[in-house]
Amino acid sequence: MNGVRAVVIGASAGGVAALFEVLGALPQGFAQPVLCVLHLPDDRHSQLAEVLQRRVNRPVREARDKERIEAGQIYVAAPGYHLSVERDLSLSLSQEAPVHFSRPAIDFLFASAADAYCEGLLGVLLTGANEDGAEGLAYIKKCGGRTVVQDPRDAQVALMPEAALALHCPDHILSLSGIGQLLATLEPSAC
Amino acid sequence: MTSERNTDIEIRLLIEAIYLKYSYDFRDYSGASIKRRILHALRQFDCRTVTALQERVLHDPGMFMQLLQYLTIPVSEMFRDPGHFLALREEVVPLLRTWPSLKIWIAGCSTGEEVYSMAILLREEGLLERTIIYATDINPSSLEKAKQGIYSMQSLREYEENYRKAGGRRDFSEYYTAAYGNAIMDSSLRDNVTFADHSLATDSVFSETQLVSCRNVLIYFNKDLQDRALGLFHESLCHRGFLFLGSKESVDFSAYSDRFEPLVRPERIYRKT
Repeated sequence: MNGVRAVVIGASAGGVAALFEVLGALPQGFAQPVLCVLHLPDDRHSQLAEVLQRRVNRPVREARDKERIEAGQIYVAAPGYHLSVERDLSLSLSQEAPVHFSRPAIDFLFASAADAYCEGLLGVLLTGANEDGAEGLAYIKKCGGRTVVQDPRDAQVALMPEAALALHCPDHILSLSGIGQLLATLEPSAC
Repeated sequence: MTSERNTDIEIRLLIEAIYLKYSYDFRDYSGASIKRRILHALRQFDCRTVTALQERVLHDPGMFMQLLQYLTIPVSEMFRDPGHFLALREEVVPLLRTWPSLKIWIAGCSTGEEVYSMAILLREEGLLERTIIYATDINPSSLEKAKQGIYSMQSLREYEENYRKAGGRRDFSEYYTAAYGNAIMDSSLRDNVTFADHSLATDSVFSETQLVSCRNVLIYFNKDLQDRALGLFHESLCHRGFLFLGSKESVDFSAYSDRFEPLVRPERIYRKT
């Protein structure tokens, strides 16, 4: 797949294991930045970045306000704050009301990243028991980007992928291993 | 694709129109969040396009005041990030005691939760009587709520645990009087508080201070405006004054990174170098 400059991933219930599998499948030298929103309890001291980094053996850190997005870096949203991508390809945090009871909201990351990367964005929506992410994924498609939904039969909780499929027809419906394989085929592209 | 592009153009025009007509400057706010808030307002006001909203806002100041409630984010709580208030109490208060009188600026005070948190902390440390607190915000409705000090009992019950974790020494209910599901804060907490309209985007420094608290405000600004605000704080703070930021804010990526040093870094308390 050519022309993908960044990847955004959203997940909720069952998402930690799903992220282990998808991010763990990324090849060394994977050039695109990967931005993830995983719904977590709002305890504000999430260890997700450390846990992921140990598990997938790639650079992972919690996204910080106003930092520039770097190639090959995996970012995870901080609990209690929405994560957005700005037009200048920096990150921003905000505390608007939760969306679908969630802050960070997958919809906010997806829509802002679609505005920033347009057709250069790949959006991936994984397992979850919530409708967050469906609208954002449809918006990525509308802006010319590409979309992937985890096959509901493969998802630990099918509601989130099903909500996405009810709103738009994605480019791919894949199992976790299929998503890993797809990401591994991405051509390096300047971000 | 075209309609998305049009929306972006319209949003820039709306923000420019607001600045020209009402002198509220949102031009250097972070774009993603301001776009969401404008689109949210659009649905609430039943406008088909941002241009339609702009026409109403431009010709009706009342409409602008309604829109302002969407453009500003009145999300706040008392003793938010209690560990940070505990650090303020343990690390900063002993140093604040060395000044005979204190001035504290709470910038972007919204509906007042940060103001009452600070006033309660200072009272328990015996400093409130010799302190003047300037509480500023750009939203007159928020300032009015802050002055009234009326909050729902439900939210105050949630703040009680924060207060305890922040090192609170008394029964939190001593600070308010409850009635009909609401509670009014003890008015003596705001005897030395001056509430004022002030914009970090367009106004300048108005007083020398020993402590500036500005929490979860800078995240809504782009880098240039963050630098402007930090410049105001730096100018306002006395020699070795303190800066208290929100839990995900820092001076690290700013033009002022070498003019503030972290006093307790995880708790986002900085000191002027």
